[in-house]
Amino acid sequence: MQSISDVDLGTPKRSSVETVSLTVDGIPVTVAAGSSVMHAAMTSGISVPKLCATDSLEAFGSCRLCVVEIDGRRGYPASCTTPAESGMMVRTQTAKLRDLRRNVMELYISDHPLDCLTCSANGNCELQEQAGAVGLREVRYGFDGANHLDLVKDESNPYFTFEPSKCISCSRCIRACDEVQGTLALTMEGRGFASKVSPGMMEPFMQSECVSCGACVQACPTATLTESSVIVLGQPKRSVITTCAYCGVGCSFKAELNGDQVVRLVPNKDGHANHGHSCVKGRFAFGYATHPDRITKPMIRKKHTDAWREVSWDDAIGYAASEFRRIQAEHGRGSVGAISSSRCTNEEVFVVQKLVRTAFGNNNIDTCARVCHSPTGFGLKTTLGESAGTQSFDSVMKSDVIFVIGANPTDGHPVFASQMKRRLRQGAKLIVADPRAIDLVRTPHIAAQHHLKLRPGTNVALLDGIAHVIVTEGLTNDAFARARCEPGAYDEWKAFVAQPKYMPEAVEAITGVPAQSIREAARLYATGGNGAIYYGLGVTEHSQGSTAVMAIANLAMATGNFGREGVGVNPLRGQNNVQGSCDMGSFPHELSGYRHVSDAGVRALFKDAWGVEIDSEPGLRIPNMFEAAIDGSFKGLYVQGEDIAQSDPNTQHVEKALTSMECIVVQDLFLNETAKYAHVFLPGSSFLEKDGTFTNAERRIQRVRKVMAPVPGKEDWQVTLALAEALGYPMKYAHPSEIMDEIARLTPTFRGVSYAKLDELGSIQWPCNDASPEGTPTMHEDTFVRGKGNFVVTEYVATEEKVTQRFPLLLTTGRILSQYNVGAQTRRTANAAWHETDVLEIHPHDAEDRGIKDGDKVEIASRAGTTSLPAKISERIQPGVVYTTFHYPQSGANVVTTDNSDWATNCPEYKVTAVQVSPVLTPSQWQRRFGAFTARQEELLQQAEAVGLQARTPAGAQGD
Amino acid sequence: MRKATKVVQIENLVKMANAIGTFYASFSDREAGIAGVATHISRSWDPRMRRELIAYVENGGSDLLPIVAAATRKLSPSPK
Repeated sequence: MQSISDVDLGTPKRSSVETVSLTVDGIPVTVAAGSSVMHAAMTSGISVPKLCATDSLEAFGSCRLCVVEIDGRRGYPASCTTPAESGMMVRTQTAKLRDLRRNVMELYISDHPLDCLTCSANGNCELQEQAGAVGLREVRYGFDGANHLDLVKDESNPYFTFEPSKCISCSRCIRACDEVQGTLALTMEGRGFASKVSPGMMEPFMQSECVSCGACVQACPTATLTESSVIVLGQPKRSVITTCAYCGVGCSFKAELNGDQVVRLVPNKDGHANHGHSCVKGRFAFGYATHPDRITKPMIRKKHTDAWREVSWDDAIGYAASEFRRIQAEHGRGSVGAISSSRCTNEEVFVVQKLVRTAFGNNNIDTCARVCHSPTGFGLKTTLGESAGTQSFDSVMKSDVIFVIGANPTDGHPVFASQMKRRLRQGAKLIVADPRAIDLVRTPHIAAQHHLKLRPGTNVALLDGIAHVIVTEGLTNDAFARARCEPGAYDEWKAFVAQPKYMPEAVEAITGVPAQSIREAARLYATGGNGAIYYGLGVTEHSQGSTAVMAIANLAMATGNFGREGVGVNPLRGQNNVQGSCDMGSFPHELSGYRHVSDAGVRALFKDAWGVEIDSEPGLRIPNMFEAAIDGSFKGLYVQGEDIAQSDPNTQHVEKALTSMECIVVQDLFLNETAKYAHVFLPGSSFLEKDGTFTNAERRIQRVRKVMAPVPGKEDWQVTLALAEALGYPMKYAHPSEIMDEIARLTPTFRGVSYAKLDELGSIQWPCNDASPEGTPTMHEDTFVRGKGNFVVTEYVATEEKVTQRFPLLLTTGRILSQYNVGAQTRRTANAAWHETDVLEIHPHDAEDRGIKDGDKVEIASRAGTTSLPAKISERIQPGVVYTTFHYPQSGANVVTTDNSDWATNCPEYKVTAVQVSPVLTPSQWQRRFGAFTARQEELLQQAEAVGLQARTPAGAQGD
Repeated sequence: MRKATKVVQIENLVKMANAIGTFYASFSDREAGIAGVATHISRSWDPRMRRELIAYVENGGSDLLPIVAAATRKLSPSPK
């Protein structure tokens, strides 16, 4: 079912600039050329009855309810499939049309349960609505004929129910799975009376290819496909637009509520990033916000081996502040720092870095981009002048050649992947560079022209090989490169990649990718039209991450693929607000807007605003903080919404760092892995509980709107303000919009941003300033941000992480659709149904060599540590490479990853670890220790909650 | 009484510095490469880490790539 607050215009909006003018029921109306007659009628306020039409899908013309009369045309054409033409005279209500429509409804209702009063769609059902609209009074067929009323309900999916007895075979669900999502999990089995919607091969939804995106549920006009939450809680009454808190696509949603209880999230049709679509996480997996694991009271303890004590906010904040001050007095100003969240709002991360720079007086602030896209920041700043992607998502619809390297969009950015698939199905070509056969390589109606299945750690060699072909075969866009880029650097780069060592044959020896594939892929990218590169952590999380990013920018500059739609360099930022966190200066070396702390002019600006001297020297990055902690010079850490103990590499090293510190303050929703080492726990607030903004991978700033009160009584930004005040640096903001106003005053790329403008425009892509008052969808149109583009020589340097006899395989890592990163949110929702445990994917040859069968428990050992996982035999990876995910802490994936990192930014080399895999019977030593430690920490938490509960409960009365 | 302000083990500093040096060593203009290393380190390393590296070179440490040793000699010790 659609959102309660949407108007369905019947068929998709057309974007043609040409218009047509016609008359509907005597009312003149003008619409874009290509629009349907139905659309024309609906936009002028005339409601044409319809059942199989909905504006997210192309017209189908099956229900015959929307029939109209058109002067000069015979018969009764369906208005959904009839294009509007200039001069048409249309009538939507005549006696004959009324008869026809009643007859159609009669047929539908003759085979439909008559339980409207107890049906979950009561009050919000298009069948009900249309029966009323056409004036149905009787069903002359009676109800004793053959029917589908005893078809069995399918409740296999935890989030929605499929009741085939209520299905009217309009095919909207099938078309949604095809046109919107691109998975094609649904089809119509049988014909005529035998027609039945079939997930997979007439299987329950959970066993089919369904990815639970909910597009079919949204499209269904009846109760046939309904959210389980609506069945239980009833129809929602009010609707608030907000933004998803999962990935960097930044889907816009309507949170639909009864009172302050969220009934469901429906994608916003007008969402600028998602256009009315979503994935299983954003749409359905919001239950973590009300999960019992949520910690709602502040807690403190002296040592991490002590029991927690629930205390008041004032006491917890006061204790944290006094500890930070004590530590600074004993160990120096630089002995404390903070890590800000890439999941909190822009306003919230801004005040954390402000706290560090004012109250702590240092630059020890870093964010999770350190471990994911910091090479993007460095690489694109160096080549183009700005630390961000260059296009909107919509730009993909004008691409002719799409080159995906080190990214898995159908899992990591599903809604954008659906859009990319729509373009691919229109005929755009696809090149995929990935050690694994990701789903995108071959998926319904799509096959990559080239899958460059390279060995982990060889990205730069491959990119230089592609560049070699483009340069030596004369496929460069010299006009563009000479006009728009530094000429000296361009010539040097051309000479560099033209060297024999980057010939495809030589590169084949390094990467394992056949020379001919390298040649063909290079030629395709350079000459196939608009070429767009999309990349992710498979590029950045390497010892040459920054180098690879620059190599990508070099390719795009050399082929003129900048400055318009359909092209560009597109980093797929992972978290909902990692772009924002970076934009806000959550870096030890940069203030907001990526301005270096050594710039006296920039520091003066902040000093004026904040009344404090800003430290001019770079502070500690997260890996430096760990080393300094072990060394004894870093003792206090304020961690907002980040779980370094699970997500950072070399877990045992992180654990050692955490146990070396004296005061760890964790602000989060749950007792995460880092909190098990903490001394102060400040309960956080979810995205449903605060106002603010997130910035997605398109630099698009969107509103997050509060729909319920913060469960712990404070929103995250208020917690940071309280801490700053207790540290002696009060910050006065009455509302997050005031924080954004300050950001705008201090940050040139945000100059024009305000909540008022966000409400007016819906979203704003920075830079938003006097030059671009409504924001900037496509960057570098006339010039690059740094003026001329900068070609950078990108020599391939093999990673130090080499396979040895002891560790003969390479482990690489990634994500899946249903779980999100460390799983803190998704593990606490029904998404666990799709992925109950992380597994190790291993190629059949490697498995056979080791006597491993599918499902066997195996040990994965590296020089950093050992863990164990169930094995899954898979031909998606190549021999010599194994793969896993990191969604469950007990998987210990990061026990195995090492300290190797990108040379420029220290982004960890998660994607290349030399390992050995062998069958094993018991969990690893780390896992056993982890299990015991976790159990103990949970006991310590329960003790606090029990004591707190007792303190709050009057003697003799019942508990909470 | 302040404790020692060492932050990162010298072996790791040398490793990180050499990784930076390997990148800038590919510049055809050697002076630009040395300047690149120096700028990169001074813009991204905490001053205590830089001081450690300077001290390492001054005390005769020899595991640094030549380009890195040259760049380190250009680093000015931080006022802190």
